[in-house]
Amino acid sequence: MILQIEYLTKQYSHKDGLINAIDDINLIINRGDFVIITGPSGSGKSTLLLALFGLIKPTSGQIIFNNERIDNASDNIKAKIRKKHTGFIMQNFALIPYLTTVQNVMIPLSLQGVNKTEQFNRASEVLEFVGLKHRITHLPRELSIGEQQRVAIARALVHNPSVILADEPTGNLDPALSLEILDFLRKINREKGITVIMVTHSPTASSEYGNLKVHLKDGKLVENKELISVHP
Amino acid sequence: MSILKLVWLELWKRKSRLISGILAITLGIAVIVAIQSISVVSKQNVAKKLDNLGANILVLPLGGSIDDYYTSDIDAPTMPMDYVERVLTSTLPGVDNMSPKLTRRVKIGEISIVLTGILPKSEIASKPLWQTAGLVGNDIKTACAPTNEANKSQGYEDEKLKRKIIDTLNRYDCMVGFQIAKRLKVADNSKLNILGQEFTVVKVLPETGTVDDDRVFAHLNTVQKILNIPNQISTIEIMGCCNAITEGLLGKLRNILPDTRITTISQIVSTQIETNRLMDKVTLIFLIIIFFVGGISMGNYIWANVNERHKEIGILRMIGASKGMIYKLFLLKALFLGLTGGILGYVIGTVAGVILGPYLAGITVQPLYLYLIWSLALSVLISLTGTLIPAYLASKIDPHTNLQEE
Repeated sequence: MILQIEYLTKQYSHKDGLINAIDDINLIINRGDFVIITGPSGSGKSTLLLALFGLIKPTSGQIIFNNERIDNASDNIKAKIRKKHTGFIMQNFALIPYLTTVQNVMIPLSLQGVNKTEQFNRASEVLEFVGLKHRITHLPRELSIGEQQRVAIARALVHNPSVILADEPTGNLDPALSLEILDFLRKINREKGITVIMVTHSPTASSEYGNLKVHLKDGKLVENKELISVHP
Repeated sequence: MSILKLVWLELWKRKSRLISGILAITLGIAVIVAIQSISVVSKQNVAKKLDNLGANILVLPLGGSIDDYYTSDIDAPTMPMDYVERVLTSTLPGVDNMSPKLTRRVKIGEISIVLTGILPKSEIASKPLWQTAGLVGNDIKTACAPTNEANKSQGYEDEKLKRKIIDTLNRYDCMVGFQIAKRLKVADNSKLNILGQEFTVVKVLPETGTVDDDRVFAHLNTVQKILNIPNQISTIEIMGCCNAITEGLLGKLRNILPDTRITTISQIVSTQIETNRLMDKVTLIFLIIIFFVGGISMGNYIWANVNERHKEIGILRMIGASKGMIYKLFLLKALFLGLTGGILGYVIGTVAGVILGPYLAGITVQPLYLYLIWSLALSVLISLTGTLIPAYLASKIDPHTNLQEE
C-alpha cells in the first residue's frame, strides 16, 4: 500500500451554506496501481487528486502515504513530499512559458539541489524517452499541444517519483493524441512501476486503461472497482 | 538551472516592466548622489578657503568686544593665561591651532604702535599668509579642509596632539609689521626700544593687508612683563575646523570657558553653517521621499508581478517549492533590482554631478567612490522593504486555484 485515504472530506463555504466537494472518501491505493478517477463535472475528482498531496487542505479525514500521515503535516513537509515523491500532469500542461523544454524539465531537479550537469543529462534522457530530444531548446509556444503535454510528462518523470498525479491530461487533446499520452502513462506505469492516479472524462481511458476505477458523484465515492491486478 | 537563473529568465522575459521597476529607485539614487557629489566638494572648497583665512574663532574676555581686539586700548579687559591650558587639556576635537596673545597700544617716540605678545609657533601656524611668504619653510597646512582620506569618512582629524605651544622667539626679539616697519624705519636686525626695553628686529613681516601690518610682535612672556600684566592675555585666536564649527564647536568652547566671549571672525563660517545645514536638510528630505516613493513603486511592481505570475507560482508549488522558496524567489528579484538601481543611480548621479557642478556651484566635482556602496545599500534596502509584503502574499497564494486556469 502506498496511499490510504480515510474519511476524507473537503468542505467549501458558500452563501447557501457548506458544500462538500468530497465527502467521506475511503480508498486504498497500492504501489504500481494505475487508478482512474471518473465522474461528472463538479463531482470532486480534481479536488480529491489535489488534496492527496497537500495542494488542497482537507476539512477532515486522513491521508497516509508510505505509512505516514501527511494530511496534518506542515506546508514544508508536504512540499518536500511533493518534490521527492510526486509528479503532476495537468490538463493545461502547466509549463513555464519563458523556459525552454529542457529548462522546464530541469525544475524539479533544481528544487532538489541536483547539480546543473546532472540536471541537464537527466532532463535530456527523459525528453528522449518521451521523444522530444530534438526539441530541448524550444519554448512551449513553439511546440504542438501534444508535444507540450509530453514535456509535462517528462517533467513529472525526471526525478523518479513514486506517484504521478494526472488531472485530465488528455482534456485538451484530440483522440489520436489522447491515446498517445495514455499509452505513455501506461508505459511509465508498467516499465517504471510508478503509481499513476489519473482524473479523466475520457471513456476510452476509463474503459481501457488502469487497474482500479474510482467513480465519484456529488463528492461521494459511488464505485471502487479493481479491474485487474498489476501488483503482487 | 538554479533559482537565480529562474529569477533572471523571468526578469529578462518582461524587460519593459523590469525597466519601469528599476526607474524610480535609479532616479532617486541619482538625485541624492548628484546633490551629495556637489555638496561634498562645495564643503571642501569652502573649508579650504576658510583655513587659508587663518584663525576663525576669537575668545575674548567677558565684557570685551571685537573693537578691543582691533584697537587694543590700554584699558581693554584681559583674561587668565590658564584658559589656554583648559582648551589644551580638553578632549575637544576640531581645534587645530590656538594663538593666545596680549595686545596693547603703546608709543615708540611719537609713533603709536600695537605691541602684541605672541607664542611664536602657534602664531605662525595660524597665519597662512606668513607661511607662504617664506617666513617658515612649510607650505600652508590647511587645518580642516578634508584631505582625500578624511573626505572619505566625511570627518576631520583630531589635531589635539599637534596643539603644542613652542617658544622659538628669543626673549628680546621682535617681528615688525610691514607698514609700521616703514614708519619706524627699521629693517631686519635693527634695534627697537619699546617701553624702555631694547629689542632686536629679527624679521620685518611681509605685507598681509591686515591689522598685522601695523603691529610689533614679541614673545608673550616678555610683553606681559614690560606691560606689567603677568599671566594675562587679551585674546585667544583659534583655528577651528569648519566642519567642527558647524557641529557646534563654539557651544562646546563656551562650556569650557564660560566666563569669556566667544565669536567667529568670518561671516563665511555662518554662511557655511547655513549652506551645510540646508544641503543636509535637502538630502534628508530627498532621502525620505525616495525611500517612500521608491519603496511603494517597487512594492507596486512586485505586486503586479505576483498577480501576473499566479499560475507560475502554482506550478512551482505543485512541483514541490515551499512557501519559503516562493518568498525567496521574489526577494532575490528585489535584490537584483535594488543592486541594478543602485549602480545605475550612482553612475547617473555622478555623471550629473560632474556635468552640473561647474554650472551650479562653480566647482569641479570628482566621483565619490564611497557613495557607490552607500547607493547600493540604500537601493537594496528600499527594494527589499517594498517587496516584503507582496512577496509574503505571493507565498500565501493557493496553488490549486491557478493550476487549472487556462
